[in-house]
Order: sequence, then C-alpha cells, then structure tokens
Amino acid sequence: MRFARTPHIARKERAEAAAKAVFALMAAAMVVPLVLIVGYLVYLAWPSLGWEFLVDVPRRGMTDGGIWPAFVGTLYLVGISLVVSAPIGVLAAVYLNEYAKDNWFNRMVHLAVINLAGVPSIVHALFGLGAFVYAAHLGYSILSAALTLAIMTLPVIIASTREALASVPMAFREACWNVGATRWQTIRAVVLPNSISGILTGVILQVSRAAGETAPVMFTGAVFFKSVERGELFPYGLHEQCMALSMHLYTLATQVPNVKESLPYATAVVLLGSVLLVNAAAIALRVWLRGRKKW
Amino acid sequence: MSPEDAPGPAPVSRPQRPRWAILGERAIEALIRLSGVSAILFVAAIFFFVLREAAPVVFREDFSLGQFLFSTEWYPTSANNVRYGTLALTVGTLSVTALAMALAVPFGLGAAIYLSEFCAPRVRETLKVVIELLSAIPSVVWGFVGLTVMSKLIVKLTGAPVGVNVLNGGIILALMSVPVIVSIGEDALKAVPDSYREAGLALGATRWQLVYRVLVPAARNGLLAAVLLGVGRAVGETMAVLMATGHAVHIPAGILDSVRTLTANIAAELGEAPAGSDHYRVLFLTGTLLFLITFAVNLTADFVVRGIRRK
Repeated sequence: MRFARTPHIARKERAEAAAKAVFALMAAAMVVPLVLIVGYLVYLAWPSLGWEFLVDVPRRGMTDGGIWPAFVGTLYLVGISLVVSAPIGVLAAVYLNEYAKDNWFNRMVHLAVINLAGVPSIVHALFGLGAFVYAAHLGYSILSAALTLAIMTLPVIIASTREALASVPMAFREACWNVGATRWQTIRAVVLPNSISGILTGVILQVSRAAGETAPVMFTGAVFFKSVERGELFPYGLHEQCMALSMHLYTLATQVPNVKESLPYATAVVLLGSVLLVNAAAIALRVWLRGRKKW
Repeated sequence: MSPEDAPGPAPVSRPQRPRWAILGERAIEALIRLSGVSAILFVAAIFFFVLREAAPVVFREDFSLGQFLFSTEWYPTSANNVRYGTLALTVGTLSVTALAMALAVPFGLGAAIYLSEFCAPRVRETLKVVIELLSAIPSVVWGFVGLTVMSKLIVKLTGAPVGVNVLNGGIILALMSVPVIVSIGEDALKAVPDSYREAGLALGATRWQLVYRVLVPAARNGLLAAVLLGVGRAVGETMAVLMATGHAVHIPAGILDSVRTLTANIAAELGEAPAGSDHYRVLFLTGTLLFLITFAVNLTADFVVRGIRRK
C-alpha cells in the first residue's frame, strides 16, 4: 500500500531529482574532457604514429622524423630518479607508519611531506639548479635532472607506501611481536610482504609522475637537441645532458618553426599514452590486490 | 622487549642472534629514521638553496623589496631602465587562479557530492579511475592542449584576437585542479559519520536536503581544505600556464587578455638570464616568494583538516 503524495513531498522529490541530475552532470563534465582531449590528440597525431616514429631520430632541424633520443632520455631520467627516490620514500613511509610516535617532531615530518608535495615544479627546478648543478658541481647533466626529479616525486612514494603499510592489520604485528620478533624483524617478515603490492603501486605512480615533469628537467639537464643513433639503446652518459620527451613536446610546440603538422601531436600522444598506460597498470594492480586481500 | 632480557625457565641453551644481525638491524633502523627526517631536510634545503641564489640581490642597498612586490614595471633586460617589479605577474597568477577556481570549485565539489552521496558503487569506481587518470596527465600536455585545441576554440567562439589568454589558462588550470578538489572533497564527505545521515533520513529528509543541511556543514573544514589544495595546485602550476596564457607582462583588462604568471615568468626567462646576474637572482627571489605562498596555503589546508579530526 502506498500513501498519496502531498504537494510538499512532491516538491521535495522534484528538488531531489534536480539536485541529483545537476551533480551527475558536474561529474560527467570531468569525463568528457578526458575523452575529447585524448581522442582529438590521437586523431591529429595519426599520420605520424607508428613504430618508425618511436625509434627514429628527429630529422630536418627537428621538423620531421621521430622521437627516439627524447624517449630514451626520459627512460634514463625516470630510471635514475626511481633508484634514488624509491628506497628513501619507502623507508620514510616505514618510519612514519611504524616508528614515529605522535609528537611535535613527527608532526613536523608529516607537514614537511605535505609541503614537499605542494612545492611548485618550477621551484624544484630552481632548487635543482642551485643545489645540484652549481653547489654540488654536477653541472647540467642527467644526474642533476634525475636527482631533482627524485626529490620532487618522493611524496608520491611516501603517500602510497604509507597507505599500504597502514592497511596491514595491527594484529599481524602483535602476533609477530608476541613470538619474540623485534620491530625490524616484524617489518621485514610480516609488514613489508603484506604490503608489497601497495608499495609497487606507489613506485609505478612515481614513474608516471616523473615521466611527465618538464620544468624541473628543463633547467637542470635536459637539452633542446642531442645527436643520437637511430634506435641506440645506451646513448647517454650520466654526466651528459639528454633530451626528454616532455621537454621535446614543449620545444616542438613553441620553439621550432615549420614543424610537420602531426609531429607535436604524435609526441604528445606518446607522452600521454605512456603516462596513462603506466597509471592504468597501477590502478589494475590495486584492483587485483583488493580482490585478493583476505582481511 | 627483546628476547634476551625476557624472563624464562631455560637460561642456558637459548640461541643468541649473531652479533652482525643485531648491528645490521641497528644500522637499518638508523637508515629508516634518517629517511623519515629527510623530508624535513629536503624542504629546508629547497628553501635554503633557492634563497641562497637570491640573497646577494636582496641585501643590496639599491634593491627595494617594496618595488619588487608592488611595482608593475618588469623590464629585466632593458639597457638603461632595468626594473624588477612583479605586481603584474602576481596579478596574472591571481587572475588565472581565480578564474580556475570559479570553474573548478563548483564542479569539483558537485562531483565530490555526487560521488559520495548519489551514485552507485560501480559508477563511483569508474569515476574515480577517470579522476585519477585526469590528474595523471602531465602539465606540458595540458599546456599543449591549451596552445593548440583550446586557443583555436576560444578564437572561434569569442572572436578574441589571440587564443592564449586568461580564459584559456583558467579553463586548463580548472581541469587540472578539479581532480584534487574531488578526491579530497570526497574524503571529507566520507569522514562524516553515517549516524548523521541516518538521523536525517529518519526525520524524512531527502538526500539533497541531507547534503545541504547536514553533510556540507559537517564537512565544511574538509571541503575548505580541498579548495585550498586546489588553489595551491593552480598557483604552482608552471608549464600549462606558460603555454596557455600568452606572454604579456601587464595587468589584464579582461579575461580575453594575455597575461604572464609568476611561475611562467621564471620558466620563460631563466634560460636567458646569465647565472649570477641580477636578473637571475631576482628570478630566484620570485621562486622564494612562490615557495612561501604555497607553503602557507598547504599549511593552512593541513590545519583546517586537523581541526575536523580533533572534533
């Protein structure tokens, strides 16, 4: 049995439906640009896209050819920054989650992590220039750029590792302590193995973040153009400068005249595609993990 | 408590851990503590090294901090009338950020409300993936979109002479800061206890009444923090505004005017300023200013969030 709706209730329900529709539209307004942007970029990039574009070097004063030197340069930068920031980030997260007591000092550490994430990328670039290029005498090099990226992406790893560590139930640790294990033995044997996939997600996100950054590498080690053999796997030394995909896109879009029309679009698609692919991998890993968790 | 000093009936044959294991453990724990502290060290180092490059010019007699902050004259490479006034750049940053927030805050909070209160779990998971992907798009790609797609669109729709302007930068920055606002805002709404919702529903409120009478007031600190973090993201953004807002160092007359922001100015001129020159040092000073602004915004956001947790 159902009561007849009074005008008051009918009005309430209309307002409810309207509100729901408006909020749904606002949420949809985020999906539309993502689809449109990716679709439009791919459409304009289509004539250039292909295997040849990836492994070929830029030709005719960067107005034609491929992106190999920039692609490899980005791999170098991301790889080295990962080697530096992954251990520091994971250990810092272990400290914050497993060792830190709730006192003023650790609140400072927490605030520092938040602020590190909030520092503008151009300020990271200035820091890298002042600290690594000049003060540490590393010069404009892959090393300077990668170290700048490593510090910049540290909060990404710290945040997701902390989340992964916090999701391991306290009872697991207590059980381990009760059989006489020390704090570190517990972390190594129980906490880390149970959160390894979450930590891996953080590492993957760091890769995607580092690959896309432009400003920090632009002033510390990435260059406009570097002559490299087609498809060469190890073209750069650590103290040399390199090209980077993100900066290459900026250069093609703003500095080089008469570029073949689809070239910057194709570069953007390769950069965007790699970053989104890496992110999708992180998301897939997380979903798979959630399905497997037994607690 | 370590096994060695635990009381037990068998004192003789208890196996001892080898010395190297104990020392190794101490070393690793020291390393963990050091990594934890490193976050503080890095933030301090960023401030120190950026200020160190800026310092020589700040403490010189002919340099006026008042002029740096409040003059609109920015002629860094002029032959006989060098001026370093950043007001026009600050106004550029403020105008682009304000427009971005005017677009991103209603959409971001609306989407956050939809995600946390109205939509089905399956839709929510999908939308969260989209938000995550949206926030992963590199800023240089956003800038490229602004420079090519968006600027053509703006010229066509508004008849503006150039498509790279405040409107363009504002839209791009809005798209970039929406994911931050949505995910933090949703967390804030999620943090409101379910008993609040149940009490409202028991009184006969609809979901919409629940949202604006109960949830938004209860979560207002978290929502404010979400907005602040969005502002922080927009103020600090570099490549996107560098490519999408044009390069005119002046106070904009309207949203179809080109501007330059503090961040874009550093990125545009750092390459041409010789190391150690006044120009170079003033750019580092601008960096110090940016660091302090974002530091203050992030700190405020954290205190605002901490406020709700204490309750």
